[in-house]
Amino acid sequence: MRNEQATQLLFDLSVSGRCGAEYPESDCPEFSSTACIPAEFLSDTPLPLPEVNEPDVIRHFTNLSTLNMSVDTHYYPLGSCTMKYNPKRHERLAAAQGLVDLHPWQSEEDLQGMLQIQFEMQQMLGEIAGLPAVSLQPAAGAQGELAALLVASAYFKDKGENRTKVIFPNSAHGTNPASAALAGFDCIQLGAGKNGFVDLEELKEHLDDQTAVFMITNPNTLGLFEPEIDKISKLLHDVGGLVYIDGANMNAILGITRPGDFGGDMMHYNVHKTFTGPHGAGGPGAGPIAVRDFLADYLPGPVVAHDEESGRYKLQTPPESIGRVRSFFGNVGILLRGYFYLRTLGGDGLKELSEHAVLNANYLKEKLKHILPVPNGEHCMHEFVASAQHLQKELGISAMDIAKRLLDYGFHAPTVYFPLVVPEAIMVEPTETESKATLDAFAATIEKIIGEDPELLHTAPHSTPVSRPNDVQAARNPILRWSPACDA
Amino acid sequence: MEVRLSYLFNTPDEQREMLETIGVDSIETLFDQVPESLQLKRPLDIPSKLSELELEQLVRELASRNVGPSDRPCFLGGGVYDHFIPSAVDAIAGRSEYYTAYTPYQAEASQGSLQTFFEYQTLICQLTGMDVSNASLYEGGTAVSEAVFMAMRCTKRHGRVVLLGSLHPEYRQVIETYLGRMDCELVVVPTPGGTVAPAAVEEAIDDKTACVVIQHPNFYGCLEEVEQISAMAHKYGALSIVSFDPISLGILKRPGDLGADIAVGEGQSLGTPMQYGGPFLGILACRQEFVRQMPGRLIGQTTDRNGERCFVLNLQAREQHIRREKATSNICTNQGLIAIRATVFMSLLGPAGMRQVAELSCSKAHYAAQKLTEQDGIELAFDQPFFKEFTLQCRDGAEAVIERARAAGFDIGPALRRVSSGESEDRLLVAVTECRSRLEIDALADAIAGPGQKTVNDDKLATSSAAV
Repeated sequence: MRNEQATQLLFDLSVSGRCGAEYPESDCPEFSSTACIPAEFLSDTPLPLPEVNEPDVIRHFTNLSTLNMSVDTHYYPLGSCTMKYNPKRHERLAAAQGLVDLHPWQSEEDLQGMLQIQFEMQQMLGEIAGLPAVSLQPAAGAQGELAALLVASAYFKDKGENRTKVIFPNSAHGTNPASAALAGFDCIQLGAGKNGFVDLEELKEHLDDQTAVFMITNPNTLGLFEPEIDKISKLLHDVGGLVYIDGANMNAILGITRPGDFGGDMMHYNVHKTFTGPHGAGGPGAGPIAVRDFLADYLPGPVVAHDEESGRYKLQTPPESIGRVRSFFGNVGILLRGYFYLRTLGGDGLKELSEHAVLNANYLKEKLKHILPVPNGEHCMHEFVASAQHLQKELGISAMDIAKRLLDYGFHAPTVYFPLVVPEAIMVEPTETESKATLDAFAATIEKIIGEDPELLHTAPHSTPVSRPNDVQAARNPILRWSPACDA
Repeated sequence: MEVRLSYLFNTPDEQREMLETIGVDSIETLFDQVPESLQLKRPLDIPSKLSELELEQLVRELASRNVGPSDRPCFLGGGVYDHFIPSAVDAIAGRSEYYTAYTPYQAEASQGSLQTFFEYQTLICQLTGMDVSNASLYEGGTAVSEAVFMAMRCTKRHGRVVLLGSLHPEYRQVIETYLGRMDCELVVVPTPGGTVAPAAVEEAIDDKTACVVIQHPNFYGCLEEVEQISAMAHKYGALSIVSFDPISLGILKRPGDLGADIAVGEGQSLGTPMQYGGPFLGILACRQEFVRQMPGRLIGQTTDRNGERCFVLNLQAREQHIRREKATSNICTNQGLIAIRATVFMSLLGPAGMRQVAELSCSKAHYAAQKLTEQDGIELAFDQPFFKEFTLQCRDGAEAVIERARAAGFDIGPALRRVSSGESEDRLLVAVTECRSRLEIDALADAIAGPGQKTVNDDKLATSSAAV
């Protein structure tokens, strides 16, 4: 039932003379561009954009959208990504007049409702983190990392210390080293510790008065809580360093334990993950950071302050701020959705969601472990990393084969080949918004797939719009835009 | 009966079954791996849960405490603009097949997003006259910062970056933050006349300079001599980075036609609401030779196992999840859904619509400039060509004029001083889009007249109000 006519490239649908938008005549016709702007600035040819009308546009993009798998249409157990349900109430409210239409340069007097929401958001995020000072400005998790590392840098500089090293485990997200390098630090990666945990002895070897920050995801990317996180934190603090918690896996521990309580000094949230952003086909996200009191003055700004006396909310730049990390306040549209979610769930609801996320993950792990063993940990937190290594050896079935074949059965694939510490890794994050029936069906499907002819798996998927794109060809001869020549 | 949170599934019976399968007595047991001493022994201090109805009432009440452009005409500029958004943009961006999908790493399950982003990249190239566009960055300020880092890699020069003083102050501040720990000299060329004198740029560039950053139209609304400045950068082996307003390209020459090596911009005007500053769209496009130094995701066309055309994330070896500390940027999550909005917006408008929006904004802005400066004590700060935004010099101070407008039900500004402490407190910005009417402009002109001044439009306004 695919409409291949409508999903041609937009540029092939173009017919000269069509237009999908109409505007009124100018009510100031005496001021034409040619009369107002010197000719040297003006273009003398129309933009070479395609010409299509509104029904063309709607049919084209509507049909394209149906070529996606999404949380609303499919189970999407993508490890490390927290693909939970995105409540519809958030979409309606975020589009409410008085929120969606506000201009950042309006008078603060006219923005009191918005500023109150953002102030309360700062407070709630500070409470969940156990780290009281919050900046909502970073646009995504990676920018939160960068901002926090610059905060650390400014703090050390004020203390007259020149610390150059940022350390992280080898299971760290790629953004950790990339952010550290961007912030001007030297990167030190630890080897693989036992059972996927940080090896304290190895860590100690790297700790000295040059150590600035240790970045760690906790629960870690294997879905396990670092058992010695408080000792790790103490080691860092003993040499004057700081501990950064990558909050990618906060979905496991809301109301259970707090980064500030296990020794973290700074952290970022991924509002689009934990607080159900949604993901928007790759963004936008929001990556607020929370830090200890003694780092508050360095936060990127502005932040929202509340004057108890007058009851007014106002923007304020922290006194020693590292500066802005982006223009304007932040990714407000996503922060609003996070606020709606926190208010809907309340403190108790947050804890309950983490409990169910962990229950679902452990249940699915249990259902799968006889065919997909999980090398590390007895129980997991919100996700687990299984290995297809034995299947690869015995049957020639790789993690990728299983991932691709799952698509044929209407399941989005789990994350594969990350983290690198597990061979043939299959990283599954069920999330709390899936039923036991879905988890059972998913487990049964994997079992079925493993019994199938391996050849069928190597060439899977067989029912998707395309199958096994040629990445090598794409990289060797990059075609990054349409041009008439591409069609020839 | 207790009403359970509607996003959770497992009934008490199912929970029991699941726990049995796992072989534990309670959910708490699963958390045993969190050391007892680190567990939070009290409930989170966050207000109790709300039903959807209660949430709706709460949020509507909070929203009602904001007064915004839906309540009064918006002449605010300074990087965010009240352009019209056709309903088809919301219809497509509201499709949950797009907005509840993840980054398109799994190509077979993401051809919809991938093809849309490929089309986005093409449209941005066509809009800017550049060869290659990435699939989006956060917003205009980080786009300029990423372009600066990119220029350093392309030129292998890290010693000096030249910015024009007419660059949006917040963009300059973002560059300063990003360069925080780098040993790089940031030279700001002053623009006292509203635009830069090309000779002053030449003085600032040396053979260590990685790039010159030009905004056009600039922060004051004025048009810069981009072609000349770019040529000057090239003469010294530096790159020309041009930050543009996408709407302006409906009538103005494109960055690619003016010698830009990297074109960046804030894409909010392309179909995204102002929503108090974000999420917006960072546009970054460049010449072909620099493609492997680009930050962020790139979508490429290829063929699949059966020889069918398809799309994939391409050249990922530049990115953080592969290259880690050697990546061209730390960006991971980008602005996918906002790029989709821009794609639909540009598709709908096409060449004719883009021209019309630019022409309407330009004509109304020039009418407004004439009308507002008819008021005593208010004049144009700069005698320079502009597009849809201009700077006023106000004898009574910028804030006083903004307050007069506000009292009469109009938002104008920002005062330049509010954006940057180095600016005069007598100046403010006025931006005019296709959404404003001649009538509103006339009424605004009356509103900003100082006390006791003759209000020239009283009669006209009274007539038209009666007609409504």
